[in-house]
Amino acid sequence: MSLRIDENTKVIVQGITGKEGGFHALRCIEYGTNIVAGVTPGKGGQLFNDSINVYDSMKSAKQETDANTSLIFVPAPFAPDAILESIYSGIKTVICITEGIPVNEMIKIYKIANDNNVTLIGPNCPGLINPSANCKIGIMPGDIFTPGRIGVVSRSGTLTYEAVDQLTKNGIGQSLCVGIGGDPIIGTTFIDVLDYFINDNDTDGIVFIGEIGGTKEQEAAEFLKSVNNSKPIAALIVGASAPEGKRMGHAGAVISGDSGKAESKINALRDAGCEIIVHPGRIADTLKKII
Amino acid sequence: MKVHEYQSKELLKSFGIPTPKSIVTENKISLLNSFKEFGSRAVLKVQVHAGGRGKSGGVKLLENSNDVNDFADKFFGKYFKTIQTGDDSVLVNKILVEEVSNILSEMYLALLVDGSNQSINIIVSPEGGTDIEEIASKNPEKILNFPVNTILGPTDFQIREILDFLLLDIKSFSKLKNIIQGLYKLYLEKDCSLIEINPLIVNNRHELIALDAKISFDEDALYRNEDILDLRDINQENEIEIHAAELGIKYVQLKGSVGCIVNGAGLAMATMDVIQSSGLKPANFLDIGGGADEEKISKAMSTVLSDVNVKIVLVNLFGGILRCDVASRGFIMALDKYQSSAPKLIIRMQGTNSEEGKDILNATNYNISFAENLDQISKILMDKE
Repeated sequence: MSLRIDENTKVIVQGITGKEGGFHALRCIEYGTNIVAGVTPGKGGQLFNDSINVYDSMKSAKQETDANTSLIFVPAPFAPDAILESIYSGIKTVICITEGIPVNEMIKIYKIANDNNVTLIGPNCPGLINPSANCKIGIMPGDIFTPGRIGVVSRSGTLTYEAVDQLTKNGIGQSLCVGIGGDPIIGTTFIDVLDYFINDNDTDGIVFIGEIGGTKEQEAAEFLKSVNNSKPIAALIVGASAPEGKRMGHAGAVISGDSGKAESKINALRDAGCEIIVHPGRIADTLKKII
Repeated sequence: MKVHEYQSKELLKSFGIPTPKSIVTENKISLLNSFKEFGSRAVLKVQVHAGGRGKSGGVKLLENSNDVNDFADKFFGKYFKTIQTGDDSVLVNKILVEEVSNILSEMYLALLVDGSNQSINIIVSPEGGTDIEEIASKNPEKILNFPVNTILGPTDFQIREILDFLLLDIKSFSKLKNIIQGLYKLYLEKDCSLIEINPLIVNNRHELIALDAKISFDEDALYRNEDILDLRDINQENEIEIHAAELGIKYVQLKGSVGCIVNGAGLAMATMDVIQSSGLKPANFLDIGGGADEEKISKAMSTVLSDVNVKIVLVNLFGGILRCDVASRGFIMALDKYQSSAPKLIIRMQGTNSEEGKDILNATNYNISFAENLDQISKILMDKE
């Protein structure tokens, strides 16, 4: 699994003729991302932004452009099929922004992505961005990011922007920021991203942002204990003030049982050597102390 | 989305899973008649979405009509508190009358999605009847957690392993297989997020019966399960939350005095945590979502203001797609309806058109404190205390 994105990343936007897809494709192009094609079934032959060819299928778009990455804005009922179409076209990295895909669908899609060695990021995620290569594949506001050597991984969108804004204002640039998504079943987990950061020569330190619900943070902590990591990690877990059994926006942010609580996640990450960020306003301050 | 026990059992039955004979009643007369149909000996169970009914007196084995009469008076049309509802209470509109089962043993059986192995898991325990959390903490070795292969579904050898773990006789194999495969089929077909049978019992005729059942459904899949949507009972839900959901706003009512309006679920939780760490309590979770317009933002503010406990409203926006000037105009639309009774406001705006947004609010007469960042929000909240 590689999360490397740079000037060699050629992106097809699935759902480029839609309102969301079109808006964000333009923002990605402005940022410097190499968007080479769009796909909307039934709209093949159109031009997007007077410059980008729209195709009917991923297969033809991939053949014509030799793209290696796709970015999906297709509505939830059709998004699982869009992911599959990407996988079977030979695309190796798929970023799915779509929110609200039924969990039972994602269980099947996850298995197929995994069997085909495809890096799936999301669904229900903001995407990823490499500020030094001017490459943004997602919906984050590009202007808050600055090139540097800190990796950011998070289950959330706007909270990632909050974190990055604090970092940038404190003169701390970012190597790669990945929003893994807020759903219970996601393609790329904390572990995959941490593994990448630990082995990445462009990353010196890590900001880790988790939240209540599930056990992905504890699994990340177990992973950190099992590897030889010398890079400092500052970790924030949000949702300590949330009640049990209530969905806090994200489909995955529901506490059921003690392991889903913020406290259990904080303890696991502290045990694994992470510096805990005690207040969401002190993300950059906490990182500064350990780098 | 949650449904009632009687609805869960009807679903189980339609997937071939044995449940006790029962009749759901909506008034005292039909309750008394149904009780007689069971030979004046039956279990009465109040139908509410909350758990902990038994321990709170909402489930009773009764053997004479006077007691049934009292039970009806005590619960029908009344609000019921269980150990799980906390200070809240839920309305009782239905009571289930059920035949008495002769129980030889009680087990636990559940299906749910496990995000850590990306599959549907079957969870079983030979110690049914109690809370699974309690078993997990006291006797973790008595719980078996079994990932189901996504392609194959539950297979025979796995069902034999479950059979062994539940200390059941091999003669029960086909009965258990029927139940597990039926539950798995139900889970997939109706897009469940949880099926919990607690207890699953062996009765004196050596049958396996689902004595209690709790099913909840994936809200993101309701668009393709209209029959499930029909089972929704809005009397069991929070009124402000229903209204917010209709407006497309993700809102959860909490107990505190500081209302909050945020864009993004993660930042909304972070904002709630900031309120709590300042010694106050959040009144709600609220995510207005990405591309909200003036109208929707105004409705988000009205939603927060409709909670009578709200004394302060904290706005925390990180503008991206959302423009802060649009948000400010939306807020004023809602606040103008409240005029003098509008609460104190703390505003933090960052990102797209945030300066214009602040200027618009500054030009009003409302009691507003502006914060530049989350730390400043904390400081302002502590001052207000």
